[in-house]
Amino acid sequence: MAENILEVRNLVKYFKTKRGMLHAVDGVSFTLERGKTLGLVGESGCGKSTTGRTILRLIEPTSGEIIFEGKDIRKLNRFQMRHMRKDMQLIFQDPYSSLDPRKTVSQIISEPIKANKIMTRQSEIDERVAELMSIVGLAPRLFNTYPHELDGGRRQRIGIARALAMEPKFIVCDEPVSALDVSIQAQILNLLKDLQEQMGLSYIFITHDLAVVNHFADDIAVMYLGNIVEKAPAEELFTNPLHPYTKALLSAIPIPELGAQKERIPIKGEITSPVNLPDECRFYKRCQYACDKCKGIPPLEEVAPGHFVACARVAELN
Amino acid sequence: MSELTNTSSDLVLDIENLAVRFETDDGIVRAVNGLDLQIRKGRALGLVGETGAGKTTTALSILRLVPKPPGVVQCDKLELNGRDILTMQTKELEKVRGKEVSMIFQDPMTALNPVFTVGDQIAESIHLHENVSMTEAQKMAIDMLELVGIPGERAGDYPHQFSGGMKQRVVIAIALACHPQLLIADEPTTALDVTIQAQVLDLMKSLRQKYQTSLIMITHDLGIVAEICDEVAVMYAGNIVEMGTLEDVFNHTRHPYTEGLFNSLPNVNDRKAKLKPVPGLMPDPTDLPEGCPFYPRCQYADEKCKLPQKKTYVSDTHFIRCCAYDRPGFHIEREEKS
Repeated sequence: MAENILEVRNLVKYFKTKRGMLHAVDGVSFTLERGKTLGLVGESGCGKSTTGRTILRLIEPTSGEIIFEGKDIRKLNRFQMRHMRKDMQLIFQDPYSSLDPRKTVSQIISEPIKANKIMTRQSEIDERVAELMSIVGLAPRLFNTYPHELDGGRRQRIGIARALAMEPKFIVCDEPVSALDVSIQAQILNLLKDLQEQMGLSYIFITHDLAVVNHFADDIAVMYLGNIVEKAPAEELFTNPLHPYTKALLSAIPIPELGAQKERIPIKGEITSPVNLPDECRFYKRCQYACDKCKGIPPLEEVAPGHFVACARVAELN
Repeated sequence: MSELTNTSSDLVLDIENLAVRFETDDGIVRAVNGLDLQIRKGRALGLVGETGAGKTTTALSILRLVPKPPGVVQCDKLELNGRDILTMQTKELEKVRGKEVSMIFQDPMTALNPVFTVGDQIAESIHLHENVSMTEAQKMAIDMLELVGIPGERAGDYPHQFSGGMKQRVVIAIALACHPQLLIADEPTTALDVTIQAQVLDLMKSLRQKYQTSLIMITHDLGIVAEICDEVAVMYAGNIVEMGTLEDVFNHTRHPYTEGLFNSLPNVNDRKAKLKPVPGLMPDPTDLPEGCPFYPRCQYADEKCKLPQKKTYVSDTHFIRCCAYDRPGFHIEREEKS
């Protein structure tokens, strides 16, 4: 059996707000196999980015366990955590605001190397930066340019080079291509895929774009209001979705082919506010199949090998 | 002759040889370069292209909203319902905007005025263009709100009290309040989630059928085009490189750039297929190459591509700007579909 690099158990993150307790992440559990990609999809406000950041302890979780390579990283102190972060990196969504405008490309990429005192000699650092730049496909002449001189695709490559500088084993990619045009998006997706093959990286790939995640991920977890409502291998999820929300979500993707449009399953209304949620299925208010059975949060249960669904009526509806 | 250039009475919009440039301190930005565009009554055209292709600038020129300076708009013809927009007085123009042509902007968060209720904002447009009192306009505004699926009693609410999808519905209600003949939608769903996008697209589809409105849908999403448009124009570096019916462009693709766009998209039905991105970047609009703007990125390019490209009709409804087809037996790799 393949080894799990990451196991998340019952991860919870609540934020205190003036109006009450905001349930951003509400009991999320999953595992990630080494060298694989887990896609985390959902609409804005479903808690996918908070989940990604909580796993790296960039946001302190309220409760739950995050087991990375056999160690519960929540038990690590600051010093140990800093050491651990070398193995866990993050690529941000917005290549415009995630790079310091006053630093050159080489300064940005070398920052983690310097901060962690991996290398001290400047010539050594420059060599490493040049190597990283060639890995991500940045021309050597860009060494001393500033981010504002570059387009979105190249900036995203800087962000990727910076994440790779520590030779991580695991990267959280938070909407890495959402801000890019399709032709550039394809370049970056291919790059991330090649890097995974060459370096054996494991990814959590956060996105709202279902076509992209289907292409990129091995497993997909669909989130709704802080819960995973369905998780399955990508192919299985797309051919045999079981949760009413997943079905509606998949039917809403516009397909760039003539006559390919499926019958659309409409969802009424909009995402419910995550503040002070009642104990009922998170999708209750918008689900056309909601009934009394849906009071109480349904557990995520395995209905077929590798296919998990959290829906009280999954057996009778499918 | 062709279906695209039909009799003039049928045309809602007729643009010939449109050129827009911005004269900035850093040089002259050539945003639109010699674009022709015709739209017939009741038809929906998808204007597709990547950031900086000139889609939005084209749309703004139709409403004469290109800021001047630094913008300079030139063209041989810019007619709306047979009337020349370019020489119109401001007063006359104000009657056209919002009445004959309306625009839906990309970001509903900034398109609405935060200090007026949504009812007032819809009524403002009706009051300006229709010969009705403000009270009547308010009543009509409530009807419009209900038409886009928002309860009428929310007319007294302010924009911040609505979610993104609801705000976009309000913007659509304002745009359609005076039943324009032409609606220009500039990436109307880009800021929205897919399920909400589906709701908004369905709404636009049904309203368009109801009022026989012509539509220019500006988008970078070919999926949206496939869903609601009749025709497609693919823009690159300020000009249309390929245009035709959905069938022409999606199933009988001719231009190498259009092919590149399709190859860059992840295929929902074949997840293992490797993406084939277009190499390189869009050219700098201050320094466009002579001839075909796509040739530095094009895998089929040869010496002739460095010369200016002319429009070539593949069929009555389908044209491209690509000289590669002058070579005998030339075809792109993308397969034809029936």
